[in-house]
Amino acid sequence: MKTKLTFWRAVFCLIMAMGLYSVFVRYYYGIGAVSNMSDKFPWGIWIGFDVLCGVMLAAGAFIVTGAVYLLNIERLHSIARPAVLTAFLGYVLVIVGLMFDLGRPWFIWHQLIYMNPHSVMFEVGFCVMFYTTVLLFEFSTTVLERFNLTKPLKIVKACLIPLVILGILLSTLHQSSLGTLYLIMPTKLHPFWYTPALPFFFFISAVAVGLAMTIFESSLSSRAFGHQLELPVIVELGGALYVTLWVYALLRFEDYLHRGLLGKILHPSYEAYFLWLELLLALIIPLVLLSFRRMRLSATGLYVASCSTLLGFITNRLNVSITGFETWSGHHYYPRWTEASLTAMIIALGFFIFGLAVKYLPIFDDAHHAPHALVTELATLPETAHQPTLVH
Amino acid sequence: MSKAILYDATQCIGCKQCEGACAQQNELPYDDKVAAESIQSEHKYTVVLANDDKFMRRLCMHCNEPACASVCPVGAMHKTAEGPVVYEVYKCIGCRYCMVACAFSQPKYEWGKLNPRVRKCIMCPDRVKAGRQTACTEICPTGATKFGDRDALIAEAKDRLRQNPDNYIPHIYGLNEVGGTSVLILSSVALEPYGLPAPAKLGTEPMPDYTFRVLKLIPDFVPLWALVLGGVYWITHRRVEVALAEVSHGSEQGGSK
Repeated sequence: MKTKLTFWRAVFCLIMAMGLYSVFVRYYYGIGAVSNMSDKFPWGIWIGFDVLCGVMLAAGAFIVTGAVYLLNIERLHSIARPAVLTAFLGYVLVIVGLMFDLGRPWFIWHQLIYMNPHSVMFEVGFCVMFYTTVLLFEFSTTVLERFNLTKPLKIVKACLIPLVILGILLSTLHQSSLGTLYLIMPTKLHPFWYTPALPFFFFISAVAVGLAMTIFESSLSSRAFGHQLELPVIVELGGALYVTLWVYALLRFEDYLHRGLLGKILHPSYEAYFLWLELLLALIIPLVLLSFRRMRLSATGLYVASCSTLLGFITNRLNVSITGFETWSGHHYYPRWTEASLTAMIIALGFFIFGLAVKYLPIFDDAHHAPHALVTELATLPETAHQPTLVH
Repeated sequence: MSKAILYDATQCIGCKQCEGACAQQNELPYDDKVAAESIQSEHKYTVVLANDDKFMRRLCMHCNEPACASVCPVGAMHKTAEGPVVYEVYKCIGCRYCMVACAFSQPKYEWGKLNPRVRKCIMCPDRVKAGRQTACTEICPTGATKFGDRDALIAEAKDRLRQNPDNYIPHIYGLNEVGGTSVLILSSVALEPYGLPAPAKLGTEPMPDYTFRVLKLIPDFVPLWALVLGGVYWITHRRVEVALAEVSHGSEQGGSK
């Protein structure tokens, strides 16, 4: 079989080559040789991006499965699978990222035997581990279906509702706890980002990002894999995104108001520039766009708004984890190229595996979705059954 | 009885013998080059900083309620009954949360090693347990660094402040900061230029409380949230059942007519 060398394939190979070189440096010379982390800056982009953003970007699954299976919004059923796939991949890649970041990754299992329930990190680690397992089961339906393994499929499907509830519980806990991680550093983290409300902000923004990510991946994959974009579905998600962003924006404003920082955030400073960038991308652009009905109903409008939201909240997580510490540390941190290349490799792998999964598994294949109980039963009822209601 | 170290900067002559004794005790390299380093690192747990003729010693503060111990996911750090905050390397997974969380930025890391350890002053726990004093306090020629019971040292520090009020800023650093520490500092000048956070900034609340305030809600939150989610499922699916029942009921009626 001949494989064409397209532009994106070349980029992928280049990123993989650089990444593999960095993997070698990481495991041969240590973290100090591969990254710009130091005693002054013990956490870099591997925590700021790979973990904080990785977990945030994988939030779509718990929102979409919640909407489909608990709120019973049947219309969203077609995006549940891509969302679960994204999340499952996302969490696996977060764990891969941790293998680079942890100083002693070979002892990661210590989490299971030396538990410290007072540690937020323990809680996050435990939830991530547990939730990845939940996602594995949720995702397994796709694989089991592909290979016609009806018996195990039946078992997993019987457990689906408890799994969905468990997934939402775990997600609520660790999405917010990633914010709680930073509550212990009131003297270090810049007041623009340190607030007792961090856990709430992290959770609400995860909801916004989960919605934006689902719009983003639906739009992107409809283009890449040539299947029909389901506009009504993403319009619905866009509406939810609009509301969530308003809630978040109001809470951020309230927080700055109550802490008396409204004057300071408007005053130019190193931190203020990054804050402006964050607020512009995460709130102002998408909120302005989505305030137009025409934009809320258009594929392009929703795509641009969701991209902006994603970039904005990625900036937010990097601000919390990096920008916010620079003044305290008296040190400007930026990732070394080898450090960044490992992150790039993880992202590239994410896209690559997503592509493979879509190609070989029934991810976007609607025919395979079990129709909803109501629809099935209505269809099986005798023809006359519909008549009275219709006539009526 | 909890032990502590009292460091009186006004009595320090900057001889750096504490640095050398610490290195020897912990089997770390120490020569003129290391002595000249004015920064704490993986191979230098304590440092005597100089600013004109004023000196300031930096070392782990051994908080009564240490942030490092509370954040460690595997409990590799803990506060011993005798006072030292110690590190058990065999548990450590290397997440470095302790380094980020410490208000005094004391934990340092072996960045160049493949199986890196967190490094910090551990207040000679073996010596302290055996009833001896720490290596640094033992060697100090002027008594600037003094070892003893925490309560006794606090009383002594208060005494010194009372007797020579002109020599000191009237504050025992570590008495109440972040809930109290096992290292107490007396000084004639402010400590911020030496990298110690201002007392006003630190506050007297133990750092772990900042997270525990949120963390303690979880046991109540989980069953409540699960109930809400289960309830939502029940309600939405009950609606479907009702709708179905109405439809089939309607069809029966329609059939009988």
